[in-house]
Amino acid sequence: MSNTTLRVVLGLTVAALILATAPLWAGRADLRLIGEMMSYLALAVLWNLLAGYAGLMSVGQHAFVGLGGYVLVIGTVSMGLPPLATLPIAFVVAGLAAAAFALLLFRLVGAYFAIGTWVAAESVALVFAGVPAWGGGAGISLPADVVRSIAETREMREFVVYWLLCGLGIGTLSAAYTLIRSKPGLALMALRDNPTAAVSVGVNISRIRFWTYVMVAALTSVVGAIIFLQKLRVSPQAAFSLQDWTVAVIFIVVIGGIGRLEGAIVGTAVYFLLRETLSGYGVFYLIVLGVVAILVVSFSGRGIWGLVERHLGWSLLPTGRRMSA
Amino acid sequence: MAYVDAITQGILLGGLYALFAAGLSLIFGVMRLVNIAHGDFIVLGAYIALVTVQTTGLHPFLSLIVVVPLMAGLGYAIQRWLLNRTLGPNLLPPILVTFGLAVVIENSLLMLFSTDNRRLAVGAIETASLSLGPISVGWLPVSTFLVAVALIAGLELLFYRTAMGRAFRATSDDSEIARAMGVNTRHVHSIAMAISFSVIAIAGVLLAARSNFDPFSGPARLIFGFEAVIIGGLGSLWGTLAGGIVLGVAQALGAQISPQMQFLAGHLVFFLILAVRPRGLFPRMD
Amino acid sequence: MSTPILSVRGLNAGYGDFQALFGIDLDLPEGGLLGLVGANGAGKSTLFKAILGLLPRGRDMVTFRGQPIGHLRTEAMLRLGIALVPEGRRLFRSLSVEENLKLAAESGRRGEWTVTRVFDLFPALREKRHAASTALSGGQQQMVAIGRALVSNPSVILFDEISLGLAPIIVNDVYAAMPAILGSGISAIVVEQDVERIRRMADRLVCLNEGRVVLSGPTGDFTKAQITHAYFGE
Repeated sequence: MSNTTLRVVLGLTVAALILATAPLWAGRADLRLIGEMMSYLALAVLWNLLAGYAGLMSVGQHAFVGLGGYVLVIGTVSMGLPPLATLPIAFVVAGLAAAAFALLLFRLVGAYFAIGTWVAAESVALVFAGVPAWGGGAGISLPADVVRSIAETREMREFVVYWLLCGLGIGTLSAAYTLIRSKPGLALMALRDNPTAAVSVGVNISRIRFWTYVMVAALTSVVGAIIFLQKLRVSPQAAFSLQDWTVAVIFIVVIGGIGRLEGAIVGTAVYFLLRETLSGYGVFYLIVLGVVAILVVSFSGRGIWGLVERHLGWSLLPTGRRMSA
Repeated sequence: MAYVDAITQGILLGGLYALFAAGLSLIFGVMRLVNIAHGDFIVLGAYIALVTVQTTGLHPFLSLIVVVPLMAGLGYAIQRWLLNRTLGPNLLPPILVTFGLAVVIENSLLMLFSTDNRRLAVGAIETASLSLGPISVGWLPVSTFLVAVALIAGLELLFYRTAMGRAFRATSDDSEIARAMGVNTRHVHSIAMAISFSVIAIAGVLLAARSNFDPFSGPARLIFGFEAVIIGGLGSLWGTLAGGIVLGVAQALGAQISPQMQFLAGHLVFFLILAVRPRGLFPRMD
Repeated sequence: MSTPILSVRGLNAGYGDFQALFGIDLDLPEGGLLGLVGANGAGKSTLFKAILGLLPRGRDMVTFRGQPIGHLRTEAMLRLGIALVPEGRRLFRSLSVEENLKLAAESGRRGEWTVTRVFDLFPALREKRHAASTALSGGQQQMVAIGRALVSNPSVILFDEISLGLAPIIVNDVYAAMPAILGSGISAIVVEQDVERIRRMADRLVCLNEGRVVLSGPTGDFTKAQITHAYFGE
């Protein structure tokens, strides 16, 4: 193991330990907030892989968050499964759905792919809203016995969900880091830095894009399932919320730094800082985030982390590879 | 009989969708740009018309003499000083910027106007109808459809018969050589966006006259316009009318089955076209 | 010597971090024909792009009739009187033959060259005026590309690889138009792989190798061997 890898592993382990012990030192509200941050960190890392590395600008990832939420509820309510057993099912169902969508949406040229993913998400939401057995437009709650099967006391349940969310955040980050340093990751980096050159060195762009899309969707769905394990209730509105699962995530990555793993971390911090500070002013924080994102894209392009990297030469998660066009 | 009626309504609704689609198709044709905020600008146009009507007492249709130039200027400015700097080999920046604009517009409208449903009262034409044999159609949908046909014919002429149209097509083919041939491509892009925004303004007023709108009505308009573009075929302006009609009819027939099926039917037709005819019904662009 | 119509002084240019041209000096006399030779990748097309402002360059690195023009935008070049016949023709695909010419005529300067006169020079184009530019043969496309430069009534035309990809007999046809073009008072820089041909035509020669000028002066000063030598950078 190289020196830098060792440092990263150590860093992530320390972060995981601090987070894992939070129930000992943090209050209930703080725990909830950290948990939420972790879920956004996971979503942001995943969307960053999709858009920042594979160049797949999806604005329809809320399809898979919602799908995960619904698989959790349907699996536990209709099929009597324990909540955790629904996670692999969510993974597979979303993966298959993404594969089907990819076959159609990858036919859309350039930027039209983005809106295509949105239509896909709208369609999935309409399907779930249209089935009365799954609560229709009103949604459906996890029954009490399912909730109790997570843990007996409310406090313990919150701890379990919190740990799951932390595992998800740190786990996704570590997995993405490992991926970027692997051979397929090298292809992803090449794709990010110069798609034309990537083809000429033998990267099969459509295959790597297909698998990135499918895997990111599958994992996004697992994140969704755990998010709704905390909320204990799904409705089409909440599960397939463009605002919560796509807009926020895109702003996080764009402001933090698209195409840089650290971007998701920095962006999540900035997003929650703004949201919590401006919480008294309604949706004003979204306007601020939108303006900041527009400025970042127009003037810097690589977000806050891109600036840090360029001017200070820092790297939190050194990938050991720098490819310039 | 209900189906004949539904199909007729669907065709006329297709005119409105073609208006949503034409502006989208135009700027994609000239600069490969997809404006995620397209629908939100339509709704912004509707709100500007609403304010104009409230402050000046003009008839909503006459408010277009204010709304169209205002929106065209806004479109020009946004392209010239914001979007042009993001155009390049990387597709992401322009999408991200228009995505940001969409969120800013929606939430600004929300803060200014609340979530209340609004509508433009256009008077007698709202309820007036004419009978075509056994079915009766409203004057408003019919006029909307005719406006769409006229606008698309006008855009076709502009694109294929004028010097400006030549500059549009040359810029689209090869912007580097177009510049070497003396074409100011940044200006051409901005003019194209201004024209797109003029169509947006008209679409916004017609939308507001026929149905309720609120700050979050935009995304659905973007999606309908986009579906009409893809169904009709990329780069073809008449194709957007065909696409709009197919989408309108699909939605009207879906609504006959159940209310939820209205939009889902439209999406399904969109996916069906992608599966069997990915270049759309009448493709022009290669 | 009178002021050259187009001068390049100490021109550096490149793509992003990659520098392709290093301190290029070059003078095009009024009414002259300058042959620009060099192997693939020597920087010939890059030099044209830099002159036209398609690549960033310094204000004083390019002068036209003694005035610095390095700060001007590409789209101002045509009206100033500098036109390009690009490598690979690069006609506008969705424009007809006539539309390709009209576009340049409208944005260029008024003068003796009109769309009609281009059709007189290249009669083959007249009957294909409404055809899509993609439907033409390579030679005819090259004629449109040359006509597109002419109708802007330029003082200088930059010809990039006139004969590339054309059959030898077609190349002769295309070059047959040269006297008429130069006769109308136009100065030209011509990039040509056929060193023999360019030696016969050009008053002056410049040879590039790996982004640097390795040979420059009146054509008569150099033997064929010297040019070949410089060309391959030996």
